[in-house]
Formats: sequence, C-alpha cells, structure tokens
Amino acid sequence: MQGPILVFAESSGREFRKSAFESVTEARRLAELSKTEVHALSIGHGVKDQASSLGKFGADKVSVADEESLKLFHPDLYRQIALDLANKINPSVILLPATSSGKDLAPRLAIHLNTVVAADCTELEIRNDELIATRPAYAGKVLLKVKMKGNPKVATLRPNVFTAREVTPPTSPRIESLSFQKPVTRMTVKEFVTHGAKKQDLTEAGIIVSGGRGMGGPENYKILEDLASVMGGVVGASRASVDAGWRPHSDQVGQTGRTVSPTLYIACGISGAIQHRVGMINSKVIVAINKDPEAPIFGFADYGIVGDVFEVVPALTQEMKKYYGKN
Amino acid sequence: MRRVPDTATRIKISPDGKSVVTSDAEFVINPYEEYALEQGVQLKEKHSGEVTVLTIGPEKSTSIILKALALGADRAIHLKSENFPDDPSAVARAIAAELKTVEFDVLLFGKKGVDDDNQQVGPMVAELLGIPCVTQIVKLDISAGKATAHREVEGGLIVVEATLPSAFTAEKDLTVPRYASLRELVAARKKPILVKEPQQLPGALEIVSVQYPPPRSPGRVLGKGVEAVPILVKILHEEAKVI
Repeated sequence: MQGPILVFAESSGREFRKSAFESVTEARRLAELSKTEVHALSIGHGVKDQASSLGKFGADKVSVADEESLKLFHPDLYRQIALDLANKINPSVILLPATSSGKDLAPRLAIHLNTVVAADCTELEIRNDELIATRPAYAGKVLLKVKMKGNPKVATLRPNVFTAREVTPPTSPRIESLSFQKPVTRMTVKEFVTHGAKKQDLTEAGIIVSGGRGMGGPENYKILEDLASVMGGVVGASRASVDAGWRPHSDQVGQTGRTVSPTLYIACGISGAIQHRVGMINSKVIVAINKDPEAPIFGFADYGIVGDVFEVVPALTQEMKKYYGKN
Repeated sequence: MRRVPDTATRIKISPDGKSVVTSDAEFVINPYEEYALEQGVQLKEKHSGEVTVLTIGPEKSTSIILKALALGADRAIHLKSENFPDDPSAVARAIAAELKTVEFDVLLFGKKGVDDDNQQVGPMVAELLGIPCVTQIVKLDISAGKATAHREVEGGLIVVEATLPSAFTAEKDLTVPRYASLRELVAARKKPILVKEPQQLPGALEIVSVQYPPPRSPGRVLGKGVEAVPILVKILHEEAKVI
C-alpha cells in the first residue's frame, strides 16, 4: 500500500471526540505495518489549538480547517475539504469514525474517489499488502471480511471497538492550516438542538443501563436513570419499550436502533430477543436482571440476577453509591 | 427501496463461507424505507403530487412493490436484475442513472438496509446527482420549495435547510408506517409498474469470507433478588474489572 493513511479526526465543539483518538491509533498501527505516515484532518471551529494533541496517538501531520462555518458538521463543506485533501495527498487508506458525521461523509468521499466504504468496521488487517476489513452485517448476526478494489480504501470504524493508545514517545505532528474555498451548496446547517442533560451518546458510552418491556411503563425508567447517574452511564431501551412510546428512538439498542459496545451493559427487564441481542452483544460485560429465569438474556449475559427489577435495581443503585463513595 | 429478510430471520452462511443464505427467509420492505415511504405519502397528502417507488432487485421484488403501492405509492419503477452486485456504489450508480431521466422534488431513502448495514446509497446518489442530502432524519417539513429536516446525531438533533430537489435518508423516528387495507392491496394491482434493466456496473466491494460472530458463552446467575446485589458489585470490580 502506497500513500499516507488519512484520518478524519472528528471534533465535538472544540474538542476531539474519543473516536478521533481511536481512529488515529488504528491508523498508526496500519502505518507501521505498511511503512507510511498518518495524516489527520481536523475540521471545525476553534479546533486549531488542539491539533497537536493528536501526536499523543501518533499522527505525523495534521491538516486543520478552522472557521465558523465549520462549527457544525456540514455535509457539502466537510466533503469538499476532505476530498480536496485526499486528491492532494493520494492516501492509501481513509479512516473515519462510524459516527453520524463519519457515516454521512464516508460514502460521499468514496463515490467521488470511485470506490466504496467498508462500513462500521470492527477490525482491520493487512494481508499480502491488501487491506481486509471485518464488518458486521445483518446487525451483527454475521461478520463479513471484505476487501475493496482500487485506491484509496475507505473505512469507517465502529466507536468504542478500537482502543485509543498513546505512543511513546509522542510524535510532534506538522500542523497545516487549510485554506478553504466554500463550495456551492444548497444546504444550510442551522443549529444543534441538544437532547438535554444526557451528554454521552449510547454508541460512545462506557456504561449503559437498559430497560425493556419488564419496566412496565415510562415512569419506571427513573430507577434506571438513578442507577446510570450514580455510575456515570446512560440509559438505553429495547425495541418493545420504544415501540410502546415509553422511550425515544434515540435510546433504542438493537437491529433498528443503535449498536453499542460499552464496557458494561446492564439489561433490566429485557428478555434478550435476537433483535436486541445483536445491538449489544459486543459489550465487554453484560449483566442481566430479569424475574424470568428462562429469559434468553441469561443465555449470553456474563452475570445474572433473577429478580424483580423494581427491587434489585434500587438496591444496586444503593450498593453502587457505597462503592463509588469508597473508590 | 430494498428487499430484505425480516429482522426476526436467523441468518445462515452458505457452504462455501462466502455469502449468506436467505432462500427460506421472509422478505419485506427494508424497515427504514417503510418510514421513508410513509413520509412520501404524507407529503403527497399534504402538498399533492405523486409518489414513485424505485427498487433494484429480482423478479421476486414484485411482492414488496405491490406492498408499497398498497401503502400509498402511485407508481413503481422496477430495475430488474437477478444478480445485481451487493455493492452500495453499484446500486447508487444505477439509481442515479435512472433518476437522471425522472423529475422529482424529494428523494427519500432509508438510512440503511437492515441486511448489509452499509448505509451509503442515499448520500452517494445525491452526490452523483449533485443535489443536497440530509441523512438520518427524524422530521421533515416542506414549504415554498424548501425543506427543513432534523437529523439525529450523537446527543441531539441538527436542523438543516435545503432547497429542492433534495435527498433525505430516514431514521426510525421519522414516521409511523400505516397498514394497507385489503381494498388497497387489491387496488395496488392496477397501479403501473415500469420494469427496466438497471445500469449494471461491477462493484468495488468483495466479500472474502462470512463468519458467525464468536459465540458468547452463558455466564452465571449470581443469585436471586436483592441478596445477589453486593455479590454483583464485588464481581464487577474484582473479577470483571469494569467498575
């Protein structure tokens, strides 16, 4: 493989997302294998000062497009900046995080570069000088290993799967400011409306406390919110509870919702139907709390408690308070 | 719209380990395209106009076309191919080639197919046609030749305005699909279906192998009720080391 590895290092506001560090780490690993450089691209507003911090993860060069019109992800503007850079440096590989922005941007770049995206990858390897990407399909019921014809190879990386690792010693990346000609666009990105206090997204959360049909109604999610809040996690939901209107779709974990891979997933009153299972099976540790000892979730959870969620969850919240108070 | 196995289907791998066997699956309209179609029909009901559905797929796609026509589409374009490459760039190029001959204001896609999870076709088609595309939308309003769409992103929504014609990809929350009545199912058979051959270019994506994910072995039940809670916390800390 010839040409640098280009990484879209995504920011949220003025700070890099965790997935930016994950992508740069993976790019560094591939660059060592194919003896090339890691070239990161940072787009946003007020992001210039943080660019050099990508050296901690092994970036050799960082190109920065920093101006107010780039504060929020704008498909046309971001696409143009990334495409211009790709055409200039002829990368062998382009990595993007499989976030809402990355999943929007990657196919736009790919089609202009006459290629396709290996989407939502969970593993990359180089075999006989070829990039092989592992990606789940059918919501993770199967894993595909794919390769792509032509160059560059474009891949999006599923958040939380690749581990961000600092390199020693850190690199001192060359920083380049990109001058940027605003392309013709018929889209105006107006504003970001936050869902509220919930800062972390499910796909990026380390701890998820999820509730299903067994929660009985929307008012009962308070006990899950309490547990999540003590543990610094976020609340998720099964399709049954979203379809019942108890929780918004943005909380849904499963085949028609989010695919998550937290360190700890606590499933409360969730039976574990295949639809749900495929969305959370890549969690590092799964805990199930369910009153039905025959529930399928006990077949793949690491730890289970058979019991009433309305008794067990508040008790767990109290115990976690004690735990986090001490540690 | 895409013809996909129902999400409750158990997926089998072919004997050569290079593809997925779907022959005994029940096929449906890709769920995200159902939300998109419902949005199209609602726009028609509000602003008048016509809804055309387009699909690339085998003869058997007729069943989902009839379903879509029953759900409120006025006509269909069936780009018929028994062996179309399972490649988003090839699909996008075929759709874009067809749409160059069709006039439209709003182009709706599902955000992804629930089979291959590629999530690429919508924005690729829009790029090929040079029109705006707002992905993962949960709300769409059209007025005076302008669309206001809400796209779902991490932690919130982004409000985007686009002038028509524009493309959009539907997230689940966009609409609640309606059910077709028996009368509508019958009437669907009288609606026009234009059958054509798609422009079929080779894809760039090659499947090397298909595997089942490594099995997750069942863990252990720590106990019943609140008594098991302290044990769980201890184990999460000492054994699993996740807290």
